Amino acid sequence: MIPAQFDYERPTSLEQACQALASDEDAKVLAGGQSLLPLLRLRLAYPSKLVDVGRIAELKGVHDRGDHVFIGAMATHDEVLRSPVVRDGCPLVALAAAQVADPAIRHRGTFGGSLAHADPAGDLPAVALALEAVFVAASAQGEREIPAAAFFVDYWESALRQGEILTGVKVPKLGAGWGFHYEKFHRTAQAWAIVGVAAAVRRSNGSIAEARIGLTNMGATPVRARATEAALQGVELGDQVRQACEEAAADTSPPADLHAQPDYRRHLARVLTHRAVRTATASP
Amino acid sequence: MTVQEVGQPRRRKEDAKLLTGRTQWTDNLSRPGMLHVTFLRSPMAHARITGVDVSGARGLPGVVAAFSGQDLAAEQGSLPCAWPVTEDIVIPDHPPMAVSEVRYVGEAVACVIAVDRYRAADALEAIEVDYEPLPAVVDMTQALSADSPKVHETGNKAYEMTADFGDIEAAFRDAPVVVDRTFVQQRLIPTAMEPRAILADTDGESFTLWSSTQIPHVLRVMLAVVTGIPEHKLRVIAPDVGGGFGSKLQVTAEEVLCLLLARKLGRPVKWTESRSEGNLTVHHGRDQIQHVRLAAEADGRIRGLQVSLLADMGAYLMLLTPGIPLLGASMCNAIYKMDAYQFNCTGVFTTKMPTDAYRGAGRPEATFLIERMMDELAAAVNVDPIEVRRRNWIRHEEFPYATISGLTYDSGNYEAATDRALSLFGYDKLRAEQADRRDRGDPVQLGIGVSTYTEMCGLAPSRWLADANFGAGGWEHGSVRMLPTGKVEVITGTSPHGQGHVTSWSQIVADALGVPFEDVTVLHGDTAIAHKGMDTYGSRSLVIGGVAVLKACEKVKEKARKLAAYVLECSPDDLEFEAGAFKVRGTDSSKTIQELAYATFTAHDLPEGVEPNLDSDATFDPDNYSFPHGTHLCAVEVDTETGMVKLRSYVAVDDIGKVVNPLIVEGQVHGGIAQGIAQALFEEATYDAEGNLLTTTMADYLLPSAADLPMFTLDRTETPATSNPLGAKGVGEAGTIASTPAVVNAVVDALRPYGIEDVRMPCTPERVWRALEGVRR
Amino acid sequence: MPRITVTVDGITYEEEVEPRLLLVHLLRERLGKTGTPVGCDTSNCGACTVMLDGKSVKSCSVLAVQADGGDVVTIEGLGAAGEMHPMQRAFHEEHALQCGYCTPGMVMAAIDLLREDPEPSEETIRQGLEGNLCRCTGYCNIVRAVRKGAQEMGQAVSTP
Repeated sequence: MIPAQFDYERPTSLEQACQALASDEDAKVLAGGQSLLPLLRLRLAYPSKLVDVGRIAELKGVHDRGDHVFIGAMATHDEVLRSPVVRDGCPLVALAAAQVADPAIRHRGTFGGSLAHADPAGDLPAVALALEAVFVAASAQGEREIPAAAFFVDYWESALRQGEILTGVKVPKLGAGWGFHYEKFHRTAQAWAIVGVAAAVRRSNGSIAEARIGLTNMGATPVRARATEAALQGVELGDQVRQACEEAAADTSPPADLHAQPDYRRHLARVLTHRAVRTATASP
Repeated sequence: MTVQEVGQPRRRKEDAKLLTGRTQWTDNLSRPGMLHVTFLRSPMAHARITGVDVSGARGLPGVVAAFSGQDLAAEQGSLPCAWPVTEDIVIPDHPPMAVSEVRYVGEAVACVIAVDRYRAADALEAIEVDYEPLPAVVDMTQALSADSPKVHETGNKAYEMTADFGDIEAAFRDAPVVVDRTFVQQRLIPTAMEPRAILADTDGESFTLWSSTQIPHVLRVMLAVVTGIPEHKLRVIAPDVGGGFGSKLQVTAEEVLCLLLARKLGRPVKWTESRSEGNLTVHHGRDQIQHVRLAAEADGRIRGLQVSLLADMGAYLMLLTPGIPLLGASMCNAIYKMDAYQFNCTGVFTTKMPTDAYRGAGRPEATFLIERMMDELAAAVNVDPIEVRRRNWIRHEEFPYATISGLTYDSGNYEAATDRALSLFGYDKLRAEQADRRDRGDPVQLGIGVSTYTEMCGLAPSRWLADANFGAGGWEHGSVRMLPTGKVEVITGTSPHGQGHVTSWSQIVADALGVPFEDVTVLHGDTAIAHKGMDTYGSRSLVIGGVAVLKACEKVKEKARKLAAYVLECSPDDLEFEAGAFKVRGTDSSKTIQELAYATFTAHDLPEGVEPNLDSDATFDPDNYSFPHGTHLCAVEVDTETGMVKLRSYVAVDDIGKVVNPLIVEGQVHGGIAQGIAQALFEEATYDAEGNLLTTTMADYLLPSAADLPMFTLDRTETPATSNPLGAKGVGEAGTIASTPAVVNAVVDALRPYGIEDVRMPCTPERVWRALEGVRR
Repeated sequence: MPRITVTVDGITYEEEVEPRLLLVHLLRERLGKTGTPVGCDTSNCGACTVMLDGKSVKSCSVLAVQADGGDVVTIEGLGAAGEMHPMQRAFHEEHALQCGYCTPGMVMAAIDLLREDPEPSEETIRQGLEGNLCRCTGYCNIVRAVRKGAQEMGQAVSTP
């Protein structure tokens, strides 16, 4: 199918981009376009204008900033998953980015675009949430920072305001002792996650000192499995871990759709959280 | 001594253009002044159309015309159903573009013709249609209840057909074992990789239609009848066609409408389907509810089989819609001996896309139900599933064998294929592992599935098709002409779209005429070139069309023999034909077939009664179907915590008789198995209660990628068919027919210790989990 | 209308395009590069895969304006001097295509996956092709062909 008509601007600076967006309330940002283009082709979206941020240098690249990794909004999934900075500083991001869509889409699709799309079925939002990443947004009024917990508002709705552009994401480095895993459960390699679990776990003397767990596709936004995180604290590695993971679906309201009903998603969240935690604690 | 070509794994002649992008897909074609068509499609499953206003579209930039169904009503005719399976079948009027009522989501209600596809797409949004909603009819069982809303005024039953063989009541009376099951064949979307595309052009008098079709010849006849364009003024071309699997065995609304629009506008028009449009409007496949009862002795020997089907026709009867489930009528008894068999099928109208042929067409459904029942029977009598089959199947020394359903299986050797498969699979070792996992209570259980299938392919002879009320014949045509320079041009009535006919036919001809493989070219898919044909479907092409080509070669050779005898001044009986030359027995004197071809071209000196040119044609109408068979074994790992099914290994030993090209055969089996697995595990076209299709894109209708399938282990046994001189059997559908029950049997086998007797297809993780939850409670 | 410059299979084109024009339609309908087909509208099938600046992309999900200044290689631009690329040859040798509609995209994806791993395992090949659907082959021969193509490409590189 064919997209409807739209205007197009391709600013070369962030400032120009913000102006272009501010001038038209039906304008949308075009990053890699891997989520947007299918929507346009199916005529599920009718933006008046696309502001292509693909040529803005400030949005590119992955940077080591000491206590955190700054991932430019326009860094592609492919760049992210191969970046030594990401692999060292926030390996969970690399693990999840490798599971986004397929290689060709990862060449075009961007880290920032994927997060700004705010699809709770996407793999990266739960990771950003679990790692307590901080989103940096720019507008004509300046820059502001949005914690991950406040960034995801509803299905396909983020805290970005009209005229704001996501410039990048600060992902804190968790330091030594942490293990990571992203457990994606889907029916075919191409399919969206029915449920995904992003786990970051810190071990200490054979027990779990701290766990952070983000869930994919368990509600209108990515959600933290807070009850399980709390239950895991201080638990020895072994059978008790499974018991703690029984709380993984607490306070979630997973969707009913073609691929799964809510009760099954809750069940999966419990099973997969256990697997993710187990793998994370086993990882070097 | 030349190498025999038949039997060689020749690399395909078709490949070079496909690999380098020099293709002729219909959407690649362009004509001067060509316009683009788009269709506005109904968002309602069932509604009265109370108004269509296309005027908003007409004034838009680039728009040449826009029409409603009413605008075309006088000339559009009704889409054909060529298989009125019973005397009292109801065949509703089927306008290519809806005029007063829509009966499925996706039915065309208006169209735009514009200078390019972008503007044509835009203009659709300016058309206004008023609908008065009518109730959707989605569920087949409910559709047959007395208080159901009606799809058509005549009601929701299209037909009912029953066939009785033997005394079914006696078979079930006092039977020690009766197994009773209901299976669901979900609705499938065939999904050829090339979406449909059509280009229609006219010079004012004659018409040419390029279409991504499997059936240029049948299409030409049908389009002539529907549109009133005289058949001799209509040429149909199937250029490169990117897969079909039955979905392009159709006379579509869009083909009729594109022809009408070309006629109306006097300009070439092209339509190319988008995938989401195709999921809605390419005919769907399968969709049956199967009630099956099987009566047996305590040792597992079958007494009788009773099959009662509800088959979803969708909203209309398309080309072969009503006949598809009946193609399974003679196949439910499969390779097994029994005293009685009853088959009943009711065709049901619903407000959904019509169903029609999809790879296997009727035989996968039949094979599924009997192969599932054999596993259920094995469980009921506590015998290994392989053993229960052995106790019932036709033994190799019993061929030819007249089956309970009235077919005569000419040949087969089920023992040989099964023994080979068991050994390749490592059956005993896997059973031991399975027992071990069961003992350990491993959360990942192992399941082993078997399918000892047969099928019937190459619908023929024509006189049998008359008995079945099938609207066409079962023959195929081929012609062979030696060109003056000694090269060979073959014309076939089959219409390949991935099957490699050009290569296989070249091998047949190379052997028959003693010419190099490279010297043969094969033309097809254009009614102006291939004048006669019945096209490609039902695994018929080699066993009928390939044989027609072989027969034409024999006629060419006979003509050449006469000429050779004249030139060499001997009797035709003194000539032997070897390596492409006629040689006077016991002498050095000979003439090559190429020399003879040139001599017939110059025609300077031909014997009495021999006409110039060395060519001939032949048609072949076999005496019987061919009956491929085989044994497929599948091992799956079922994660009982998540319900996920993972294919671990798959072995297929097929007997398709003599093989022309083993490479092509292997490819057909690979692809067939993958499609059958996809039905078992992944694919389902889902409609909601309002009749909306929920799986309109490939993001929702899940097809397996390379990452979702394992390698398949293949082997063959070879029991030649007797119904054709090649000894070949069809192979296009065998893999699909065999694999679906093998996979589901494996899934159920893994879960049987939990008390689970069936999992509905596709066996999604959620369904498996729910089955386990059901028994855990 | 934006004016763009794109190099396709070694030839540079200057075109005025609507912003909404898809790269695949630029190739097919403006430049006559019909070797790259379209198989879906959700970027699932991968039939339209081409190389853009050296990496595989699905040309149905890239706007022509996004490719401005870019270097595109399609199935038609592989190989040289009438010779097929080793991967194309391998697909032929291993019978890794039937109808051939997915083949251009499949070959491009196969070549792309070798950039990262010139000697891929079966698993790597299968994962690397997850974005490309084939309905005919069941993928067995495609996997074999990619392995063969990889070997031949390795040899082509290492042979002086």
